[in-house]
Amino acid sequence: MNIFLILLTSGIAVGGIYALIALGFVLIYKATSIINFATGEFMMIGAYIFYTFTVMLGWPAIPAFIMVMAGAALLGMLVEFSILRHMLGQPTISIVMVTIGLSSILTGFAEIIWSSDFKSFPPLFPRSPIILGDVIIRSNLFWGFVVAMVTVALFAVFFKYSKIGIAMRATAGDQMASYSMGINVRTMFTTAWALGAIAASLGGLIIGNIGGVQPNLGSIGLKIFPVVILGGLDSIGGAVLGGFIVGILENIAGGYLDPYFNGGVKDVVPFIILVVILMVKPYGLFGRREIERL
Amino acid sequence: MSNHPFSRGFFQLKNGIQMEQSQPLLSINNIEVIYNHVILVLKGLSLVVPEGSIVSLLGSNGAGKSTTLKAISGLLPLEDGEITDGSIDFKGMSLAALKPHEIVRRGIFQVMEGRRIFEDLTVEENLVCGAYIRRDQAEVRRDIEKCFHYFPPLKKCYKRLAGYLSGGEQQMLAISRALLAKPKLMMLDEPSLGLAPLLVEEIFGIIKEINIHEGTTILLVEQNAQMALSVSSYGYIMENGRIVLDGPVDRLLQDQDVQEFYLGLGQQGERRSYHEVKHYKRRKRWLS
Repeated sequence: MNIFLILLTSGIAVGGIYALIALGFVLIYKATSIINFATGEFMMIGAYIFYTFTVMLGWPAIPAFIMVMAGAALLGMLVEFSILRHMLGQPTISIVMVTIGLSSILTGFAEIIWSSDFKSFPPLFPRSPIILGDVIIRSNLFWGFVVAMVTVALFAVFFKYSKIGIAMRATAGDQMASYSMGINVRTMFTTAWALGAIAASLGGLIIGNIGGVQPNLGSIGLKIFPVVILGGLDSIGGAVLGGFIVGILENIAGGYLDPYFNGGVKDVVPFIILVVILMVKPYGLFGRREIERL
Repeated sequence: MSNHPFSRGFFQLKNGIQMEQSQPLLSINNIEVIYNHVILVLKGLSLVVPEGSIVSLLGSNGAGKSTTLKAISGLLPLEDGEITDGSIDFKGMSLAALKPHEIVRRGIFQVMEGRRIFEDLTVEENLVCGAYIRRDQAEVRRDIEKCFHYFPPLKKCYKRLAGYLSGGEQQMLAISRALLAKPKLMMLDEPSLGLAPLLVEEIFGIIKEINIHEGTTILLVEQNAQMALSVSSYGYIMENGRIVLDGPVDRLLQDQDVQEFYLGLGQQGERRSYHEVKHYKRRKRWLS
């Protein structure tokens, strides 16, 4: 069996999931220009909400899935409404520190509520691996990929065709002109946070389903930075493509190089990509030039 | 107010009924605007816009024309400006403390200076944003056809990104967005900015048509005084944050100062060289 093909497929699958999480980040950045370092923690909370409803309360998967989205939307709106709305006009660095603080707070709450033990979901999909021609792929990864791609596609359709989606893009382009159209820009901010949190939490749910849940699940969220830097902070299409590139590269590099080192190549590669991209193309592959960098 | 043209029933609605104007659509009373807590930009400005009219607000760069419009539309706080004194009433109700998006819903739509179209959106999506406050989707589609009637060039670039349109097409798009919001009062900030003279003429013709056929009241801010006065019925002239002169257009056109300073005509009605106009203007300012 061709090892390259195996690495490539699992890279694509992981990349699709990264794309979804990166989407959660980009939605918030594009609308509000806030770099949300708590994206990973939104993922973690999403996974814990799912755990709570399926394992602790014994709900079936679909209603629990809907509760994850509702809970995440609520969390996103709460964060925007109670914290970041009051930070408008503050220097970027203060806002970044707030989101970093928020990520610690959310991790702390998760430990208090759910303890720091490792938790796992009941099996959601048939356990037998999926066989696509020559390649065998783990069923959780495969279905995770499918769910991620469907969600990304739904978001894309929403932004392309719905009135709210168009208004959100308008707001991202020119806030004052949006106000003059009668668009309530504040509401658009809140909506962006809600949608961003939903995307991230679904990503967390998928990752939790593959590898289990614990309070530091959010650390995977850091990998989103190579993804979004690669794709450009404010480009949804770029986020998706960046997700695939990082997913594929880290799997292939990990697969081929790990035997020569003591493992861990997989986790380093995305950040090497990040540094190189920032040196060569500081605005990302698809980003706009006027992006403010940290 | 006694010699104000509108208080004499001067003004006709499109169905031909003579209207006594009891209460103007918009009235600004002695407002003061301060930017960044220190810079006084408007110093006791008052103006009145009667329903159904086209009123021009003229003046040179930095006189405070755009600030006046932003004070009305509620956009001032976004630029760190605030109204510290006076009142703005629309249809007899105060606009104070309303957010810009609420003011749009009351029926005031500002076409901002420099057009401010959404460049990353298509023409179609820009129009959707213009109609954002409306719920009647079928009616909106009919009104988009009406925009094409006023501005035929928009039809062929309907699906194109608005950032790729020419300046004239962008201005047409900006006015179409305003049309789709069906405002009672449309405020246009320098619609002639950066456009070829022929195009300016065309756009002003359409502004006049919109006023007649849609019954939209228009407040026009312009540097191109000649063009603006040719379509309006009443004009205000601003300098340094104050109204220095106002009157019906025919009277303004006969005023000597207006002729000299804003229309570029000398005492004999001849065009002087630009150099001389500037020189004379400077001297007169120092003396007065």
